[in-house]
Amino acid sequence: MAAPFEIVSREDFSNVTYLLEISHPRMAQAAKPGQFVIVMEHDHGERIPLTLADFDSERGTVTLVVQAVGKTTREMQARCQVGTSLHALVGPMGAPSEIGNARRVICVGGGLGVAPVYPQARAYKQNGGYVIGVIGFRSKELMFWGDKFRSVCDEFIVCTDDGSEGIKGVVTQGIERALAEHSDIDEVVAIGPPIMMKFCAETTRPHGIKTVVSLNPVMVDGTGMCGGCRVKVGDRIRFACVDGPDFDAHAVDFDDLMARLRRFAASEATALERWQGDCRASIG
Amino acid sequence: MTEQEPTARASNFAEVACGYTLEEALQEAERCLLCPDEPCIRGCPVEIDIPEFIAKITEKNLRGAYDSITDANLLPAICGRVCPQESQCEGVCTVGNTLEPVAIGRLERFVGDLAISERWASVPYIEPSGFRVAVVGSGPAGAACAADMAKAGCEVTVFEAFHEPGGVLKYGIPDFRLPNEVIDAEIEKLRALGVTFECNTLVGRLFTVEQLLTELGYHAVFIGTGAGAPTFMGIPGESLAGVLSANELLTRCNLMHARDFPEYDTPLQPGARVAVIGAGNTAMDAMRVSLRLGAAPVYCVYRRTRNEAPARAEELHHAEEEGIEFHWLTSPVEILGDENGTVRAIRCQRMELGEPDESGRRRPVPLPDSEVEIEVDMVVYAIGTSANPILGQTSSLGLDERGYIVADENLATSIAGVWAGGDIVTGAATVIEAMGAGRKAASEMKSYLGLRDSDVVYLPERRGAEGKRFGIDSREHNYVRVTA
Repeated sequence: MAAPFEIVSREDFSNVTYLLEISHPRMAQAAKPGQFVIVMEHDHGERIPLTLADFDSERGTVTLVVQAVGKTTREMQARCQVGTSLHALVGPMGAPSEIGNARRVICVGGGLGVAPVYPQARAYKQNGGYVIGVIGFRSKELMFWGDKFRSVCDEFIVCTDDGSEGIKGVVTQGIERALAEHSDIDEVVAIGPPIMMKFCAETTRPHGIKTVVSLNPVMVDGTGMCGGCRVKVGDRIRFACVDGPDFDAHAVDFDDLMARLRRFAASEATALERWQGDCRASIG
Repeated sequence: MTEQEPTARASNFAEVACGYTLEEALQEAERCLLCPDEPCIRGCPVEIDIPEFIAKITEKNLRGAYDSITDANLLPAICGRVCPQESQCEGVCTVGNTLEPVAIGRLERFVGDLAISERWASVPYIEPSGFRVAVVGSGPAGAACAADMAKAGCEVTVFEAFHEPGGVLKYGIPDFRLPNEVIDAEIEKLRALGVTFECNTLVGRLFTVEQLLTELGYHAVFIGTGAGAPTFMGIPGESLAGVLSANELLTRCNLMHARDFPEYDTPLQPGARVAVIGAGNTAMDAMRVSLRLGAAPVYCVYRRTRNEAPARAEELHHAEEEGIEFHWLTSPVEILGDENGTVRAIRCQRMELGEPDESGRRRPVPLPDSEVEIEVDMVVYAIGTSANPILGQTSSLGLDERGYIVADENLATSIAGVWAGGDIVTGAATVIEAMGAGRKAASEMKSYLGLRDSDVVYLPERRGAEGKRFGIDSREHNYVRVTA
């Protein structure tokens, strides 16, 4: 029996992207596509939201794919080894994605977003939908889960910025290709960096196709209590943690989201610099 | 009671009120008339036998005073600090008719603090009833309910979404009013009573309220999740960096220790000049936290006058002493940002009080051509909260039109076996009112489970001579050997 929040497996996709499979039998049963968790790596750590990339009720585990960008995620990359445990892991949080009866769906994942869109692609497929997967990376070396994703898709399009795999270009070109071949797309789900989701929304808007994005703004509690994750959707202010994280892409104010994601940029830079200084000191 | 000097304390997080010495407590206790009609007991939402505990202080039977209080309230060190005594026990004190009322809250705190430092705990032997009770939320309502159900012999589990128990006591109320060590010590007492705390557990999403009663096998459930969701005004500029809710400011600072960034990872980026909108206790906390994080000036912006301010008298007084600048009769209309999307000022209009509104308070009315700009780089909203939606989204609990859980006069909800109390039923109120609701629900839950207090095999530790009963150290909790 694994300890609470014990990391039972880990896979490094590149020098910045890593997968953690964590023991939490109860959450593995409860989790649904589109939901997220909040993680605290140690007792002085911050609470960071991460969208579930997978969950397996038989293994009693949930899976996260993390990109080492700031202090916390780099520290996790260094410290989260198999056999260690997270300080806190709470979830599943947020409203599950609505996996309706859409017949033809495009599931778009950009970079790290490939991981959280996977459970949705799988759910559409299990519901009998025709799933077109579009995934994008900067280059082939950063690509992960190609085969896993392909196995739940009827069509599969890979885009890379440098053309080292699939189409040379960004995911919106993949979406356009799929739209050119299918006039009957019911729904598009897009998860990735905010700028990518913004352009996905603009790509589908002229076609009037329902498009859903998953937002991951700065959060503290993740239970609707702090209001830090508020986002503009249409003319309303919504809390991503309890009203989302999924929202209608054509109503989301992405510029507002991107501005709010930079709220703590100065502190984030300080924390990262200090941590890297400490790392160098401990090596030197 | 001795307090830290306003100028010194405004730059530290140590407690403002230092607490009574024994001499001060004895002197204050002597002022109680022990009057026969005991209005203070009726003024207390949890009905502490106030004259009894004060009489025991005068007899220097301090352990006895503690035991008297904990019959009704397991958390005296907390309530002595945060109750609005002026509108409860002290507000109706007979002495107060002619003189300053007896400082009941300070005496309660004195006894509660002594119990922590002396490691007193009323740990009785309780015969298990065989019933399992789930409590959702570890704030004041949940803690009070858990204590009473544990004392009735139930196996109690408290579920908390955060990584530490305590709810609003932990994330909301700052250390200079209620130190975290005091909360932890009081939570330890609940653990000593046999209560289990399961943190990192979001009820509604990890399992539902209905599942608690079915597959998880609980016989009764109490919901004390608090109100929670912060409200904003909907004026332009609210997404700017530097605009946040008091909940976010306080949670980052108190629970997540952002005040010790970068020793702790959670950032806050405190403002140099801060405006807090609102004049309740949470607003006072947000202002005084901002001061301690180095902001100057700190403004309070409130659309009514000091007389209508909902904060406790002591909090308002402390805020004034510490140099908060109050803008009464002032209402924000827009938050202005600089080219980086950060707050640079708040534009307000002046108000006057018109006719009374439905709450009976005089309605503020804008004065024409009265707009002013106040230069600030942080704006904090402390204008109240609305119902947290999670349990409504995930259960069949009946809700009112504003999203609060509907409970009848006995705090029973629309699901049989589920009670609810505190802010998630009433909207934002006080710690002690939430505790009162937790205790009331517990009494209803006991009668639902067929537990009569008179049937509970309950052997208070204190009845043993010097901690012994039948020659056995009562701390071993093994009276059962003798009684069986």
